[in-house]
Amino acid sequence: MIGVEEVEGRAQHSPERPFLSVENLAVQFKTEDGIVQAVDGVSFSLERGKTLAIVGESGSGKSVTAQAVMGLVKAMGGIVSGEIWLDGQELNGLSPAEVQALRGAEMAMIFQDPMSSLHPFYRIGDQIVEAIMAHRKVGKGAARKEALEMLKHVGIPAAERRIDAFPHQLSGGMRQRVMIAMALINSPQLLIADEPTTALDVTVQAQILELIRRLQGEFGTTVIMITHDLGVVADVADDVAVMYAARIVEQAPTSETYYHAQMPYTLGLLASIPRMDRGQQDRLDPIPGNPPSPIHLPPGCVFQPRCKYWEQVPESAGHCKTDRPELLASGAGHSVRCLLPTDARRQISQEVLQSLRGEG
Amino acid sequence: MSDGANGQILNVTDLHTYFPIKSRGLIPRTIGQVKAVDGIDLALASSETLGLVGESGSGKTTAARSILRLVEPTSGQIELDGQDITHLNSSAMVKVRRKAQMIFQDPYTALNPRHTVGGIIAAPFRVQKVEPPGGVRAAVMELMERVGLNPEHFNRYPNEFSGGQRQRIGIARAIALRPRLIVCDEPVSALDVSIQAQILNLLKDLQREFGIAYLFVAHDLSVVRQVSHRVAVMYLGHIVETASQEVIYAAPLHPYTHSLLSAIPIPDPAQQKKRNRILLQGDLPSPINPPSGCVFRTRCFQAQEKCAAEIPPLVELEPGHKVACHFPIAKPPESVVVSTTEEDEAVMAARRDSGPVDSGAMPH
Ligand SMILES: Nc1ncnc2c1ncn2[C@@H]1O[C@H](COP(=O)(O)OP(=O)(O)OP(=O)(O)O)[C@@H](O)[C@H]1O
Ligand SMILES: Nc1ncnc2c1ncn2[C@@H]1O[C@H](COP(=O)(O)OP(=O)(O)OP(=O)(O)O)[C@@H](O)[C@H]1O
Ligand code: SF4
Ligand SMILES: [Mg+2]
Ligand SMILES: [Mg+2]
Repeated sequence: MIGVEEVEGRAQHSPERPFLSVENLAVQFKTEDGIVQAVDGVSFSLERGKTLAIVGESGSGKSVTAQAVMGLVKAMGGIVSGEIWLDGQELNGLSPAEVQALRGAEMAMIFQDPMSSLHPFYRIGDQIVEAIMAHRKVGKGAARKEALEMLKHVGIPAAERRIDAFPHQLSGGMRQRVMIAMALINSPQLLIADEPTTALDVTVQAQILELIRRLQGEFGTTVIMITHDLGVVADVADDVAVMYAARIVEQAPTSETYYHAQMPYTLGLLASIPRMDRGQQDRLDPIPGNPPSPIHLPPGCVFQPRCKYWEQVPESAGHCKTDRPELLASGAGHSVRCLLPTDARRQISQEVLQSLRGEG
Repeated sequence: MSDGANGQILNVTDLHTYFPIKSRGLIPRTIGQVKAVDGIDLALASSETLGLVGESGSGKTTAARSILRLVEPTSGQIELDGQDITHLNSSAMVKVRRKAQMIFQDPYTALNPRHTVGGIIAAPFRVQKVEPPGGVRAAVMELMERVGLNPEHFNRYPNEFSGGQRQRIGIARAIALRPRLIVCDEPVSALDVSIQAQILNLLKDLQREFGIAYLFVAHDLSVVRQVSHRVAVMYLGHIVETASQEVIYAAPLHPYTHSLLSAIPIPDPAQQKKRNRILLQGDLPSPINPPSGCVFRTRCFQAQEKCAAEIPPLVELEPGHKVACHFPIAKPPESVVVSTTEEDEAVMAARRDSGPVDSGAMPH
């Protein structure tokens, strides 16, 4: 690896590596039914201060990818391979204690359900104070002052009074704000948000997205946003990674994803969503069938059983049922996992997206 | 007036459903009420879909369940196919359920895991003692085929099916007796987008084929737009605006509808960046202590004194377009911002006032 020195078995800072670089990440779980391949060869990178959205079908491995980056998967019984580089440090090789020290300080995570990170029996102020004191040498009084400032900062009205509230005394939107306050209290460089607004009403979702955007601007935080809502993606992301059946099948800058997607699954996804900004369509154009079981992933392209185009792949390019496509570059910052030749993909992309715009 | 013969299937007038809040203790007494549905009117014709939208807690599910008498309404009148069903006893209601069915959000909990798919879909025939020509088994297999399930899976159990397939099982059961009305409560909310589209298409096809009327409850306004002919917007137990689907989305007049529509992110980055958005502050007040006057006034950019003093009636401002607002507006002023503190205080106050529920539960 260029620019990486091995010092005492652990690779050190490399100026060439982007701020976050996940390389060939794979996660398996052993279950009664067999081995679940939850994540399979996932690679992506992210520059400091940018937002990457991960979208995809339920069960495609979005959360497990995030949990692996946060060093949470091993404790859940998962087997992790690959490399995770954060700001020049490789995380997958660290001991649990070392990862724990980073978690909540260098990197933090927020979830769909705030109650998974808030303790129901402790006052929210005390919980934030504890988060501060776990990572920094700060007195209790100073920590409480800092907690109060942060609660105000995330838009908790009457924060002086609410700092002593219990989580259940707050609305869902306010709990989400408290969780964000707690995640950001130690100024982490990386924030992973796993469906942070899925359980919220759209009007509250808009508030929370606005908040994350504002704080990201102020603190320069790098964000990974996991969501299944392509509207949220369009709103927040610089780059989009589309996951399907444990793999990234397409990755591109956001506008490229919406206007020039090439992978048949991404195109199918864009065609399936009913859209607020368009009139009623007679029928939607869904992807047929169901996603595969993570225990029996198809040997070739994981999307082949639902793909409309696999028969168009020329013999010379391989066979979708047996040959596993690699994630290959196809334009600036754009990579695609599909055996179709680039020209054919571009052609299909144009046809599908044009007809979606009503120009077909 | 409802008239079954005129194709009018459902007529709901002034429906109220309140849930009593009881103190705990030796002698429980009612110390308050959750005004989940607080006086709504709905009408639905055959082959028509009425979308009922609104935020969490606005009373959509309670309204839907009250209409089928799965929850007892507090007052009001429900006419189904020309028959007043408001006060029918449970044995009479069994007959009514031939005409009106329900499908639920959660395909996982809505199906009995110990029954085979065939048994689940056959249940309506058993309950209603209907013997379809050709027998129950053939009828069930035909239904499975119709909703896109493999009839050979007749003897499988629900846990062997994916979310989308389970929703198809629920739909097959609902259409078994050719109901006139199906109340759908968030039927696709738990499904992946690619599967959502399959189910929405199926519901549309079945409507075309059988003339079913749908009351389609959902919080996702894009989904509602895709299936509805008319849309009613609910807020804190009230319908605040109702119109044709086209009008609700293109020319709403209620400030809440404007806010709701502007909060939905559009899956198109260029368009999304260009949009004017109304950032509503705070969240839904407590339905135990709803604001006086207009229930939306604590979050409304149009609110004035009159809004706190008088309840705005639902008025037909244009043919087929009803709005409950003292100051309806066609185009919201640019960058409307509301002070957070004041109304969040109102939310807190409402929560504090609902205190007796908690303290009543305390042993001392
Ligand atoms: N602790 C675990 N043990 C066994 N299997 C697991 C575990 N955690 C996740 N999985 C499996 O790994 C796969 C990926 O799960 P993951 O939670 O990452 O999906 P997701 O993309 O986040 O889906 P969703 O959109 O539903 O949240 C799934 O098949 C899931 O069942
Ligand atoms: N059985 C009940 N007892 C007491 N209160 C109830 C009961 N059922 C519902 N409520 C309350 O009535 C109000 C309306 O609830 P409802 O479930 O009808 O809302 P909804 O619009 O369907 O929301 P969601 O989008 O979350 O499903 C809420 O405040 C809820 O807490
Ligand atoms: S590799 Fe084949 S099956 Fe997979 S998306 Fe491309 S064309 Fe379809
Ligand atoms: Mg997940
Ligand atoms: Mg509901």
